[in-house]
Amino acid sequence: MKFRKLGLGAVALASASVLLLAACSSGDTGATSSSGASGSASYITANGSEPSGPLLTTNINETGGGKVIDNLYAGLIYYDADGAPVNDMAESITTDDNVTFTIKVAEGNTFTNGEDVTAKSFVDAWQYGALLSNAQLNSYFFEPIAGFSYDEDSPLDITIVDDYTFTVVLNAPTADFPLRLGYSAFYPLPSVAYDDIDAYGEAPIGNGPYMLDGDDAWQHDVQITLKKNPDYTGGRAPQNDGLVLKFYASEDSAYSDLLSDNLDVLDVIPSASLTSFESDLGDRAFNQPAAIFQSFTIPSRLPHFSGPEGELRRAAISHAIDRESITKTIFNDTRTPAHDFTSPVIDGYSEDITGSDVLDYDEDLAKSLWAQADAIAPWDGTFEIAYNADSSHKDWVDATANSIKNVLGIDAVGTAVPTFDQFRTEITDRSIQSAFRTGWQADYPGLFNFLGPIYATNAGSNDGDYSNPAFDALLAQGSAAGSVDEANTYFQQAQEILFKDLPAIPLWYATVQGGHSTLVDNVAIDWHSVPLYYQITKK
Amino acid sequence: MAFYILRRLLQAIPVLLGATFLIYFMVFAMPGNPALALFGERTPNPAVLAQVEARYHLDQPFIVQYLYYLGNVFRLDFGTSFSGQPIGETLLRTFPVTARLAALAILFEMIIGLAVGLWSGLRKGGVFDSVTLVISLVLISVPIFVLCFLGQFFLGYKLGWFRSTVSAGAPIQDLILPALILAFSLVAFNIRLTRSSVIETAGNDFVRTAYSKGLRRSRVIPVHILRNSLIPVTTNLGADFGILLVGATVTEGIFNVPGVGNTLYKAIVIGERPTVVSFVTVMVLLYLVVNILIDLLYAVLDPRIRYVK
Repeated sequence: MKFRKLGLGAVALASASVLLLAACSSGDTGATSSSGASGSASYITANGSEPSGPLLTTNINETGGGKVIDNLYAGLIYYDADGAPVNDMAESITTDDNVTFTIKVAEGNTFTNGEDVTAKSFVDAWQYGALLSNAQLNSYFFEPIAGFSYDEDSPLDITIVDDYTFTVVLNAPTADFPLRLGYSAFYPLPSVAYDDIDAYGEAPIGNGPYMLDGDDAWQHDVQITLKKNPDYTGGRAPQNDGLVLKFYASEDSAYSDLLSDNLDVLDVIPSASLTSFESDLGDRAFNQPAAIFQSFTIPSRLPHFSGPEGELRRAAISHAIDRESITKTIFNDTRTPAHDFTSPVIDGYSEDITGSDVLDYDEDLAKSLWAQADAIAPWDGTFEIAYNADSSHKDWVDATANSIKNVLGIDAVGTAVPTFDQFRTEITDRSIQSAFRTGWQADYPGLFNFLGPIYATNAGSNDGDYSNPAFDALLAQGSAAGSVDEANTYFQQAQEILFKDLPAIPLWYATVQGGHSTLVDNVAIDWHSVPLYYQITKK
Repeated sequence: MAFYILRRLLQAIPVLLGATFLIYFMVFAMPGNPALALFGERTPNPAVLAQVEARYHLDQPFIVQYLYYLGNVFRLDFGTSFSGQPIGETLLRTFPVTARLAALAILFEMIIGLAVGLWSGLRKGGVFDSVTLVISLVLISVPIFVLCFLGQFFLGYKLGWFRSTVSAGAPIQDLILPALILAFSLVAFNIRLTRSSVIETAGNDFVRTAYSKGLRRSRVIPVHILRNSLIPVTTNLGADFGILLVGATVTEGIFNVPGVGNTLYKAIVIGERPTVVSFVTVMVLLYLVVNILIDLLYAVLDPRIRYVK
């Protein structure tokens, strides 16, 4: 009898944990069995991240939710691998003056609940997304449409002509408006969405190549399972049965899953593996340019950085940065030195815009420009570049500052702001008193998207308060142009002005690295660095 | 006994209130505007920003936000995260996963710790004891993320014995590798503790008496030595269990376990106050409960200990 009591504490603790194990595991059998189903042979698994909120087309502005939404919905157009627009739900988008657009929706498409995709599906969704009191994060996409207001709830100037036709009136001529319609903010919504929009966002009903796979398709913080939508008629028909987007806490764990074939497609490589991933994966690795432009902005309110003196100093700083060696040594060639203010994957890109030689590394020229500026007003103090320390920016900011310091012989340092939200707060309330890093990822594949929102007078993301009437005029001319090519010539002329004024110092373009498992084929990356999941086939 | 438990539970209330207040204050004091971060690099229009702030009560002063939160917690409503998820559901989803991982890790730790500690305590100064000493020194000094990456690379990828990350639903077989690694990172201390406790007990008069009575070793070692050595070991195991229950953030991150540590880390990064405070509150509560349970266990281990008041 005594023997039984021996070590009772240990036994009690052990049995308690065994009980706990049993209790926990029995409660979760539902989840494990469904993951078994989604792991079936022709479902593709890919990395994703937990969407920032309910899956609403007008509120999701980050890539985690974007990956799901772009596969659940079909908009008027979609972008092919090169970023060229292709009609999806649209039959035609026409205009005579770049102000009034007539949009015809193709007949015969349905949402997965059976509802027809009509003009109303689009118009109601846009009106919802634009309304001020709905506070949608993507509402700025509707800014160009007449009637849009940040001061009061006011409806957009959109008229439904018949079941499948509607007209949109814009505030000003905008030649690239049709090009923007492939962004998720312009997707249609079924009428049931408005009954309870948050509940709808948990289980959205789309019209795209994929649909949610059952009631527990979205396992929060774990994965989202999509299956092929058999009724989708557009050009993105899936070549596989479904798609599982798995959420990873770290890039490293996703990468080791890729190596052991537990994950089919990975569109990011952890920095520790950047030097080895091409040898690890062989021809299963990819490395290609992305529509991401990186720079640092020097606000014109800083002393010494306005007027003729500022122009000289900005050019001197730009000449003092050795972009080639920083992209090589700090980034392992995962960035390519910038030649303009946009991105090489965008239609209309050119590396020989007049004035772009200001981006060349030239120590002597940098020194002499700086000396000329000193003749106007002598330099004092330290040149600082601020960055957020919660992401991996320290190395390149310090390297850039060192390059400036060594060439110009002035004090130049990187200044860390602890978190991204504090960094954005200081930039937005204009309390930041130094240069700061800036980056831009395109919303749609057009040159204007890299210029208008950032450098136009009073534009939403004009954090450096840059203003040049000549630049604004060229943007307006480009937007009113009759063709995309004509528009692009104006936008390139506008960039010539930017090269002279340098409101931001262009640094480099990002590239995207990734790879796929041995179990899949036909993996391609589109213009905004997301794999074209619908093309992927399972071996 | 019942009175003792009641008193301990009542003592927990002010601890809990103080913890939520402190945590809420610290998260509130973090610089920057979480609503602004939702817009990424793009600067939002002030009108839209104001609407978003109002939605999450971010426009209210600190004490109003805190009371608003506390009032809801008493109705068992933990609020919603920025992503519109009820935090109560997140708690119910993540704690069982972490609890399973913690229980498994403690089980491994206990088995390895007791067996190895007892053996080296009985053979003090022997070869086994010396080898164990070196190995436990190594285990104590290696940071856990190194163990994680080594285990993931060799056992997961090279040998293929385990999945390199935990799959959806976190089944037990996927949790074995992270649990083993957690156990290894904690077991070294447990081995040393068991060993020294066994050595101390073995030198006692009652052990000598037991042997002189003619009792066999197979009876003296478990009944007289091991049982009397267990009190410090149990305290340590209990503390470890508490630590593991509140999340092994690094391990969960590397093995992609959808548990408490992972979720809390993400919430801290994006400044999601209700999530952080709710999780920490539940963690404090769990830690208190585990401690009370350990105290009660002492009475079981040593009949001389009685809780009267």
